[in-house]
Amino acid sequence: MSGSTIVSIRSLKRSFGDVRAVDGIDLDITEGEFLTLLGPSGSGKTTVLRMIAGFEKPDSGTITLAGKDVSQLPPYERDVNTVFQDYALFPHMDVLANIEYGLRVKGFAKQECRSRALTALKQIRLEGYENRKPAQLSGGQRQRVALARALVNQPAVLLLDEPLGALDLKLREQMQIELKALQREVGITFVFVTHDQEEALSMSDRIAVFNHGKIEQIGTPREIYENPKSEFVSEFVGQTNRIEYDGKKINIRPEFVTISRASSTGGRSVQGTLRDAIFVGASTRYLFDTSIGFPMISTQSNNQLKVGDVVTLSWQEEKEFLVQQ
Amino acid sequence: MLQEISNTMHKKPKLRLVALLTAPILWLVVAYLGALATLLVAAFFTIDSFTGNVIQTFNLGNFHDMFTDAAYKNVVLRTVGIALLVTVVCTVLAIPMAFYMAKIAKPRSQKILVALILTPLWASYLVKIYAWRTMLEPGNGVLDWLLGPLGFSSPGFGGPAIIIGLSYLWLPYMILPIYAGLERLPNNLLDASGDLGAHNWHTFRRIVLPLIFPSLVAGSMFTFSLSLGDYITATIIGGKLQMLGNVVYQNFSINLPFAATIATIPVTIMAIYLWMVRRTGALASL
Repeated sequence: MSGSTIVSIRSLKRSFGDVRAVDGIDLDITEGEFLTLLGPSGSGKTTVLRMIAGFEKPDSGTITLAGKDVSQLPPYERDVNTVFQDYALFPHMDVLANIEYGLRVKGFAKQECRSRALTALKQIRLEGYENRKPAQLSGGQRQRVALARALVNQPAVLLLDEPLGALDLKLREQMQIELKALQREVGITFVFVTHDQEEALSMSDRIAVFNHGKIEQIGTPREIYENPKSEFVSEFVGQTNRIEYDGKKINIRPEFVTISRASSTGGRSVQGTLRDAIFVGASTRYLFDTSIGFPMISTQSNNQLKVGDVVTLSWQEEKEFLVQQ
Repeated sequence: MLQEISNTMHKKPKLRLVALLTAPILWLVVAYLGALATLLVAAFFTIDSFTGNVIQTFNLGNFHDMFTDAAYKNVVLRTVGIALLVTVVCTVLAIPMAFYMAKIAKPRSQKILVALILTPLWASYLVKIYAWRTMLEPGNGVLDWLLGPLGFSSPGFGGPAIIIGLSYLWLPYMILPIYAGLERLPNNLLDASGDLGAHNWHTFRRIVLPLIFPSLVAGSMFTFSLSLGDYITATIIGGKLQMLGNVVYQNFSINLPFAATIATIPVTIMAIYLWMVRRTGALASL
């Protein structure tokens, strides 16, 4: 990542009653990147997003946007736009009026608003829908209008609050691809909130993993997945076999555990008895009871194993990772 | 026995409908439409000026008198004016109050506020208006006592007093529908508007106001029509000022048909008002 820092967050805190929703966060967001805030519900990721947008005020700490401290500014004085979880389209306005809203508010000439809104409408492939009301659109179309309504303002940062949460799986996957392509095309910094680890891994340049109001780890999807720094991250992003081997605590991802009928080939291996096999389509998750006393999972392409079969499970040492307890 | 009735009813949906609707329809037709029809018919009767008996023959004389006498025209204009002003005052007071209740107050105080708004509705109308009489009393009323040191005085009895009194009486009927409308308005629409660069006033005008318009209409139907028909407030704190209701009331014992003729005016105005409201489309989304 070579760009400069566009958003800089320092010691950010926010409580709701007794709950410390955001508990001291430092985060630098690089210009032009696709950053995902990933975490379970209640981990503080949405609150951070809402504080960047200006919907919530921090109890303490600062948010700097393009070099300017915006922590105490109202939303309408920040050069960011938001795509809301349930879209928040204005129900009494048609698609075009919704998209034009931000431009009209900022006092652009009518013609200018119209032509920019129509361009945005084309970008999201909804030409011909300009006079529809939001209620007459499908979920995916509303999603795209919400996106256009925000992007047409060319904000410094686009904030997306679980924007794909309400869509069905197929549409969701399609929108993930579209969204990523759109981000590359417009070059605007995206800050994307989700609790879906697959979504985070597939779309982001970097992921910040949230837990209990703190960032557990921040890094590229590959770093997060292959080198999780904490037990929480390893559990939340992908699955992990947590075992004791040769008196050492180690972690190994299920897809790195191979199954063979031959006996031990040296290196890292244990004997496993198949307890259960869960078919998940392209692959199968095999659950083993092992000779070292820890249950292990191996995710492999579909295999001819039967419950009760005794096999050798092995893996390469460099695929193991250590985490802080 | 009950089981048998229930079984028969189940087999005969028409009978079920009859059992369900007979009472309410009878009530509507006899008590409501019947009274209105009687009123309308009576408006065309006249009175024997010597005996004071009602003469039941069709006659347009009352309407002729009403339309030609400037005094009645003034009462009509004054009454409509008062009803409109009361509606405006209630709207202006109710919107911020309802907004606070629906969008700012914590859930606990929200419930308390709704209860507080409803409480005055349990008190007798007369008690409340006599309370205002004490407040407005020129010279030794509460308002004079309060405002006197500041160099102001009570408006005394008359038009302003009526507007104050009626606005006070009908305010809950305006707050509650607006509150309900704002409750239904998702908060994130307000967030979205601010996010897109709109200041609060702009958000209020472009987002909030259009979306709660049906609620405003609902509230205004109460404040406007209740004001239009009122005569007790005018009697108690209106001084010499008369509203349509007073004219009806005064004619009631002397010239019943003429009272009925006058009474058709608020009915007509309300019908026109509803028709106008209908054209805005606000009724469809109530």
